[in-house]
Amino acid sequence: MKQDHKQIELETVLKKVDDPELPSVSVVDLGMVHEVKTDNKHVSITMIPTFAGCPALDIIETNVKEAVEQVDWVESCDVTFSFRHKWSTTAITAEGKKQLKKHGVAPPPESYQPGEEWSVDCPYCGSLYTSMENVFGPTACRSILYCRSCRNPFEAMKPVIDYSAV
Amino acid sequence: MTKIESAKQAKQDSSYCEALTELLYQLADDDFIVSFRGSEWLGLAPHIEEDVSFSSITQNTMGHAVLYYQLLEELGEGEADVLAHERPPEKRRNAIYLERQNGDGSYLDEPYYDWALTVIRQYLYETFKKVKLEALTKSSYEPLADTAQKVLMEQTYHLAHWKTWVWQLQNSTEEAKTRLQSRLKEAWGEFLDVLELGPKANDMEKHQLIVAESDLQKKWLEEIKETLVVIPAEPLQKNNGSGRNGEHTQDLTQALATLSEVYDQDKNAVW
Repeated sequence: MKQDHKQIELETVLKKVDDPELPSVSVVDLGMVHEVKTDNKHVSITMIPTFAGCPALDIIETNVKEAVEQVDWVESCDVTFSFRHKWSTTAITAEGKKQLKKHGVAPPPESYQPGEEWSVDCPYCGSLYTSMENVFGPTACRSILYCRSCRNPFEAMKPVIDYSAV
Repeated sequence: MTKIESAKQAKQDSSYCEALTELLYQLADDDFIVSFRGSEWLGLAPHIEEDVSFSSITQNTMGHAVLYYQLLEELGEGEADVLAHERPPEKRRNAIYLERQNGDGSYLDEPYYDWALTVIRQYLYETFKKVKLEALTKSSYEPLADTAQKVLMEQTYHLAHWKTWVWQLQNSTEEAKTRLQSRLKEAWGEFLDVLELGPKANDMEKHQLIVAESDLQKKWLEEIKETLVVIPAEPLQKNNGSGRNGEHTQDLTQALATLSEVYDQDKNAVW
């Protein structure tokens, strides 16, 4: 099989591996897959961790490895997390944002300045009339908000952007 | 500046490696103990929203400690889990003020914890952590610089949280002001230990792992002056000793015993 075909096949497989805490949102659409290398029947995947305290990383590693090893021509796959490249919420794809909303989680705001307050639209009714209940939520990457229009509580992904020290 | 790109390269210069190892232990042990004390507030914080916030901050901070222990693991110091759980108090490099119990009593029995102590400690610590991280993003050891940048992006939420608490309480009732002030005064007598880099401080600077201790301290003082209404007039002290030298109190012994209780029952368990 040609190299290009291998890459496409692997990407298709990886798009089916969901974040265990965000069912329906794949690790590819979250922007966690940095590099996929193939060497004959061996695959090496470099991933970018989201939050440092995320307990799901080990599960993600196992799920990615298992999914890739089920591909016919793959004999082994290793997964490494690299801190050389920074994960930020800008890495989430359009598809990822769509799936997050379906899951009741608002995608992070587009233009965020570190340290500043932020707001997002309600993922259920689209209203702008929302309020921040808690910057911190059930996982390190999420916050808790409330929609004053449809009166649903909802979660939003915290904006995290790469910025340089002053 | 010569950039050191890997653990293998760092190990070729013993003076560099020793200073780096020492710095990493301080960073890891500080985050480790401060997040343990934070975790003891779970279920006891002033309100349920604070329980959610504080436990999230604590979990994330423990994640930061893990990153530093992993860097130590790469340098051949042993497995991260072992470094976190099995090192006796005299091997720990965290500052003494950070190991101090949250108040009287114990978590399981009668926890008479003091929120003013926690707010002041978390605020002073997170501010210093930010100052240190900013310096570390320019470290000659690239794996550390990368880690610092990662942590810095997440930590901004932690600092903002404690700044809010300080700001609100010091603009609140007389009781709140008095209690905060008395804990700040207490912190002033111990915090110098947190602000120090220990016996290898000069080597750390020489190898450009981090900037000079005095620069860090100056920047920290400038930052806290922007938020704290009253700053004690006395000079900063380290009245309980120097954790950077491996000096510690009974409070650390208690913390480690509690923390490692489950781990010690079956060291080979897979979680």
